Amino acid sequence: MTGQAEACGVDAHLLQTGDELVVNIGPSHPSTHGVCRVIVHLDGEIVTHAEPVIGHLHRGIEKMAENRTYLQVVPLTDRLDYVGSMYANWAYCRAVERLAGIRVPERAEYIRVVMCELQRIASHMMSIGSTGADTGATSAFIYAFNQREQVVDLFEAVCGARLTYNYVRPGGVSFDLPDGWIEQCRAFTRSHPSAMVEIDKLLFGNVIARQRLKGIGVLPAEEAIARGVTGPAARGSGVDWDLRRDDSYSVYPRVDFEIPLGENGDAYDRGRVRLWECVESCRIIDQALAQIEEGPIKAEGLPRLLAPRPGEAYDHIESARGSLGVYLVSDGSVRPYRMHVRSPAFQNLSVLGYLAEGHTLSDLVVILGSLDPVFGEVDR
Amino acid sequence: MSLLWGLLWGLAAVMLIAGGAIIGVWWERKVAGRVQMRYGPQQIGPAGSLQMIADVPKLLFKEDIVPEGADEPLFRYAPLAVFAPAAMSLAVVPFAAGWAPFDSTVGALFFLAVPSISVIGILLSAWASHNTFAALGGLRAAAQMVSYEVPRSLSVLSVIVLAGTLRPTDVMAAWEWWWIPLTFVGFLVFLISSIAEMNRGPFDIPEAESELVAGYFADYSGIRWAVFMMGEYGALIATSLFGAAFFFGGHRLLPGVGGIVAMVVVACAIITVVMWVKWTFPRLRADQLMAFCWKVLTPVALVQLLVAGVVAAWL
Repeated sequence: MTGQAEACGVDAHLLQTGDELVVNIGPSHPSTHGVCRVIVHLDGEIVTHAEPVIGHLHRGIEKMAENRTYLQVVPLTDRLDYVGSMYANWAYCRAVERLAGIRVPERAEYIRVVMCELQRIASHMMSIGSTGADTGATSAFIYAFNQREQVVDLFEAVCGARLTYNYVRPGGVSFDLPDGWIEQCRAFTRSHPSAMVEIDKLLFGNVIARQRLKGIGVLPAEEAIARGVTGPAARGSGVDWDLRRDDSYSVYPRVDFEIPLGENGDAYDRGRVRLWECVESCRIIDQALAQIEEGPIKAEGLPRLLAPRPGEAYDHIESARGSLGVYLVSDGSVRPYRMHVRSPAFQNLSVLGYLAEGHTLSDLVVILGSLDPVFGEVDR
Repeated sequence: MSLLWGLLWGLAAVMLIAGGAIIGVWWERKVAGRVQMRYGPQQIGPAGSLQMIADVPKLLFKEDIVPEGADEPLFRYAPLAVFAPAAMSLAVVPFAAGWAPFDSTVGALFFLAVPSISVIGILLSAWASHNTFAALGGLRAAAQMVSYEVPRSLSVLSVIVLAGTLRPTDVMAAWEWWWIPLTFVGFLVFLISSIAEMNRGPFDIPEAESELVAGYFADYSGIRWAVFMMGEYGALIATSLFGAAFFFGGHRLLPGVGGIVAMVVVACAIITVVMWVKWTFPRLRADQLMAFCWKVLTPVALVQLLVAGVVAAWL
């Protein structure tokens, strides 16, 4: 095995560990959710040490942003969390709006909330589906993707794109909702909760899936807070923290919604928190669509080239993976002086080694999937 | 003469398995499509039925890759050691009244013993691949297949106890309809442990694609990979035919030629159930799989054997 390990870049000294078997998983592997690479030390089937190696998808997006105008950075943010592009769009635009003091029209805020809640459903469907795929239940994957597909169709109707939307722009959104879109969206939010109940029975109610997910990768609440874990990964442990409520932004204070919490902090609870968040997202979308009024979708009188006054701004939103923040520094020019992304996927991934220790190799992929990392955002 | 006869039958078994695998893969994709709210293959031929005819030449023309560092002769011939036992076990299946291709006095024992040879092929391929994933898959396969031999043999034993013979054709001659309800639990044990024996989902732990990618045949490509798949489908066909015969009466269900048709229909139903199970359930973990074997299946099979034994003694 030495030759193979060396070819994969595993240090030779790692192999001198007695009875341990060193397995290099990834960066290209069916269940690494992108290009994660994990160096796993195995004692038989038991993981004694797991170390994620990141950077395989590093494109230097934060550095690239320094050479583009504020508007040109928006498509770059699409490529951060490519399963939930709307979030990165929005977080970046909020930081720009804060930096430049732009007021966003109310209709645009409602549209953003609707889009981001739809995005939460799309992203969670990917995560729940791959929980199924990781445990071998490929049918659950297809059922979840059926739902995701409907959301993506809605996105396509609004902005023409199915993956990288470039939809939320500083000062508003790029297109208004097309005719009939609201009815189409309502039809989806009507059917989606029952589909979630079905997936709950199909996947989380299945006796084998329960055996595979319950008690796997238990993350205590204090540990989640100490290690900066946010989003469903933390709420699965019972950490009652959601920026939509606790640092409310946009029109979230005007809508009524629950925040599902887990108890045990295992892969099962993390998965189910995502599932019920989708049902809550449907409630938010319904309320937002009821409250939305006609009006402009872009801020009036914005210059073609934004050049905010020198200063800095940070804003964060609750993405499907947790607190997604964007920090921007302006030197008064038309380009950001510095951009930094506080990536929830990166923070959540950091507990992988802690969670996986003592579990088997089969559980490692379940734990990795339950943290739902997207490597576009981890590596940036 | 008997050598020639054996060769002819071997060829017939290989052809049967090859044809069965072609139809089986198509049928499996159709079943999977139905389970997953989609169509499955539908472009090539009616209802996509010629899809596999197109796939076989593709597999034949693919490059036959032997990875660097692999033990080349072992790597090349290990797939045959997986395929051959599946083809061999077909030989003792009692297809018609008083007739099996190889009508041995210990046919049932032969059927139980021969498929376990394929674990050697799996271990050889895992070792020869020189790959950590393959090594893990091979070790998992060895543990799993050896363990599931026990409940599988015990479940077949209950029918043998009732019939009082190991010769499959005599078992069929002694078969009575009320054995179906009496040995149904035994059939379930036989089905589950056979699925584990064949490394099919939800017990496909040795080749778990989300963990070990493909386990012991991760490094195989082209036709050698196809031989592994043919071994899997061959085991599936042999198991379902044997199960249809021993647990459902096989050709005794209908008189004359209808009997063979009835047996094939029952076997196809069993194959469909096996596929349905595969596409419905998640995969067990290796330790859960072993616990299930020793703590659930083996005791259940023993109880079934006890019941069959009491009934046989009472008659």
